[in-house]
Amino acid sequence: MNDEINLKEMGNEDILELMQEDLYDGYADEIIESIKELLSRQIPPYDILIKGLVAGMEVVGIDFRDGVLFVPEVLMAAKAMKSGMDLLRPLLAETGAPIKGTVVIGTVKGDIHDIGKNLVAMMLEGAGFDVVNLGINVSADDFIAAIEQHNADILGMSALLTTTMVYMRTVINALKDKGIRDDIIVLVGGAPLNDDFAEDIKADAYCRDAAIAVETANKFMELRKGK
Amino acid sequence: MNPLLQLLENGQPILLDGAMGTMLMDAGLEQGDPPDEWNVLYPERIKAIHRAYVDAGSQLILTNSFGGTRFRLEMHNLQDRVYELNKAAAKNARSVSDDVQQTVVVAGDIGPTGQLFEPMGLLTFDDAVEAFAEQAKGLADGGVDVLWIETMSDINEVKAAIKGIRSVCDLPIVATMSFDTHGHTMMGVSPANYIESLREQDVIAVGANCGTGSDELEKTVQIMRETDPNVVLVAKGNAGIPHVVAGGDIVYDGSPELMAEYATNVRDIGASLIGGCCGSTPDHIKAMAEALGK
Repeated sequence: MNDEINLKEMGNEDILELMQEDLYDGYADEIIESIKELLSRQIPPYDILIKGLVAGMEVVGIDFRDGVLFVPEVLMAAKAMKSGMDLLRPLLAETGAPIKGTVVIGTVKGDIHDIGKNLVAMMLEGAGFDVVNLGINVSADDFIAAIEQHNADILGMSALLTTTMVYMRTVINALKDKGIRDDIIVLVGGAPLNDDFAEDIKADAYCRDAAIAVETANKFMELRKGK
Repeated sequence: MNPLLQLLENGQPILLDGAMGTMLMDAGLEQGDPPDEWNVLYPERIKAIHRAYVDAGSQLILTNSFGGTRFRLEMHNLQDRVYELNKAAAKNARSVSDDVQQTVVVAGDIGPTGQLFEPMGLLTFDDAVEAFAEQAKGLADGGVDVLWIETMSDINEVKAAIKGIRSVCDLPIVATMSFDTHGHTMMGVSPANYIESLREQDVIAVGANCGTGSDELEKTVQIMRETDPNVVLVAKGNAGIPHVVAGGDIVYDGSPELMAEYATNVRDIGASLIGGCCGSTPDHIKAMAEALGK
């Protein structure tokens, strides 16, 4: 905690800006303090989410995409954001704040790599999505059950291995067999993937990194709402 | 004298082997199956892959133990068989090496745990050291000549692996990381930073493996050479980039010719230990052997 900063003396806009800086530096305690201060001033939770946390994570996402920040910094930022979200989430629900969409996400069967996938999950949550994270080693049946239970808009699948990425096709085929493929946006990611692979397995898009995953999810949700 | 140190003294580049994982798939390993268990289920298949590399010209072969820490084996409920599976991996490679006239170094392959260290994740340094020690013990008892840490992203994990190995044996250690993110590792380690961080560590060679294409790997090794003109360097690049072909199979687009060119490029940069990673086959290694005048 920086003793030189006195939140009480700061304007709302300045605190929101400070939140963005604290998020960038991964300072969870400071984020909590700022949110509490803003809430005490009757600032709507949704404004704190969008102008503080989401705006802050946007900067983190851009610098991650550009190679200024790497996974450790982004994970610490996402952790700080999560602490903030834990405080805001019940209030957001109470006030009926809009949710961008629901994402079911997981690492496919046979694969235990979840660093990148968790990063995407946290960044999506930071961007205002409701995220259901199924973890690792997720089967087609488990993906489908979660999609149906949560009425998901987006399915995100991750794999780190060339040997496991092919399971994504199995999941997409299972969605087709269920007749729900066209009801859901399928985004895929992971180190060995590329655009050609995503096209070949009939996913909607390949996302090279977490920042692009958020951009792509936003874009598809806008298209979907425009329908 | 240790056979790797002996080969290094000759001053000629040493040809390593190629991929294990993609070869196992071709040999019938199903997606999601634990490759490490094949050391005891199908030792003959593992030996055949080692043998194919030796026949192609490999002077050093890596054991089939990349996922051999308890953290990785846990996914397949094999976490109680770390010692057994790693020892078997070492014995398989050892027997192939002992079968031929020429010197073939057996390197005990150690990959990342797949876990994140505190505070980003839950893994403590001490737990990592213990897991690597357990794996290294199996490999050492199975008869490897060196321990080979690879595909690392986090410098602390490299240090934990070195410490773990040193707690069970005195064999030489080689350690490489995967530089696949804007010229850095996923965790943000630059090639120069890596060289600096390992100066005080007990390793005989450092370098890069996997990553993206072989051209990127050449750049990485070049930076390492510029950072330290004397350090013994490893270059172990992928055979291009994976693509999907009709039927859903994955192929790497790097031809043997491309890998042959890569081999001479990294030799000219000053790499002493040269091999292939994902997607490279005995055909690639053969082409590299010819290019390097083996």
